[in-house]
Amino acid sequence: MSTTTISCCKGGPPPVAPSDKKASTMKWFAATIAALVVWGLVYSQLVPFSDWIVAQLPVDRDSHLGAAISFFAYDTPKVLMLLTLVVFAMGVLRSFFSPEKTRAMLAGKREGVGNVLSAGLGILTPFCSCSAVPLFIGFVSAGIPLGVTFSFLIAAPMVNEVALGLLFALVGWKVAVTYLVFGLGVAIVSGWVIGRLHLEHWLEEWVRNLRATAADLPPEQITVVDRIKAGLEAVYDIVGKVWLWIVAGIAVGAFIHGYVPSSLLASIMGRDVWWSVPAVVLLGIPMYSSAAGVIPVVQALLAKGAALGTVLAFMMSVIALSLPEMIILRKVLSIKLIAVFVGVVGTGILAVGFLFNALF
Amino acid sequence: MKDVKVLGPGCKRCVATAEMVQAQADKLGVPVSIEKVTDYAAIAGYGIASTPGIVIDGKVVHAGGLPKPDDLARWLAA
Repeated sequence: MSTTTISCCKGGPPPVAPSDKKASTMKWFAATIAALVVWGLVYSQLVPFSDWIVAQLPVDRDSHLGAAISFFAYDTPKVLMLLTLVVFAMGVLRSFFSPEKTRAMLAGKREGVGNVLSAGLGILTPFCSCSAVPLFIGFVSAGIPLGVTFSFLIAAPMVNEVALGLLFALVGWKVAVTYLVFGLGVAIVSGWVIGRLHLEHWLEEWVRNLRATAADLPPEQITVVDRIKAGLEAVYDIVGKVWLWIVAGIAVGAFIHGYVPSSLLASIMGRDVWWSVPAVVLLGIPMYSSAAGVIPVVQALLAKGAALGTVLAFMMSVIALSLPEMIILRKVLSIKLIAVFVGVVGTGILAVGFLFNALF
Repeated sequence: MKDVKVLGPGCKRCVATAEMVQAQADKLGVPVSIEKVTDYAAIAGYGIASTPGIVIDGKVVHAGGLPKPDDLARWLAA
């Protein structure tokens, strides 16, 4: 066997010649651990680093500009580093799952149990919106109920590693876990409701008539090294795509942090303003590509007195209900079914927003 | 002549997969005819749930993500 290079892993350690497979595995292990140690060392130095940056500039640390710059100088590397770590871990974890395995697990499950399992697998199964249609047809044609399929399709984009990683990095693990739990809740309940409505006849006709037997794929041979590579590939793919949005988002966040007075936001997005929840949900629907950039702004909004429920509803709406995905799904769903989908999920998000503002 | 079908709606990875198949086949000296299947109904008919998929001589060998070059070599040589 000659040396093979994996074109996808440009950012990773140089590929090792597979002279001895075991030695190569050990090298990958060592390199991964070394990279994690370096990560930890750099991360622990971020506060002194950002203080040093601000100290070099001729601005007062406590001025508006000083506050904005120190927020930017600390948060940008912190967020990008935490995001890289979370995306890497998710990439490795996801190499254990595939849409075909998920479909096999969901086949024959009743609604209810099926919705819960489906939403959970939605987080773990590798998924991109470009494969939403093959996945949808693949599930439905294998006899998985429509509502269970929807639970997957709602959870997969909404509760993703970018959203969770950024929330964890910027707002803390409690909000990240809350988002995870309620995101899953919206996916499970919305899917279940759509299933109860029995809307199969609103699928496009060719989808309804399609019955396919699952392909009998040869068993995969995935080594530990392949899983590490899958993690690196995810980092290259995802962080490479969203970093610019994040930096832009943090810049806006830094501006809000330094200049916008708290009282202004509290009066528009505070918990006493009931209409702010539906307003942000509507606002979030057409927004999509900037999801990664929205979360740093979200953090600044929270810090300035916006209500947690309102902010979470905004995030969910931006991420879960997106125009591009609806256009893709139009190939398999009728307009009526898309409208029901948006209505049910939007209502779920509204409920989460109101519930949070009432409870906390 | 091996009959290879690359299943996918025309995303970037599907194009890359077709190129990988061609490159690997050239390297091995295996004559292939590559056909891209982009119709959703036809793709679903092969029983996969993720793209790109690869079908060689009527048998589905791969679904979802780029194939590994080693695997491609094995499938094409079989």
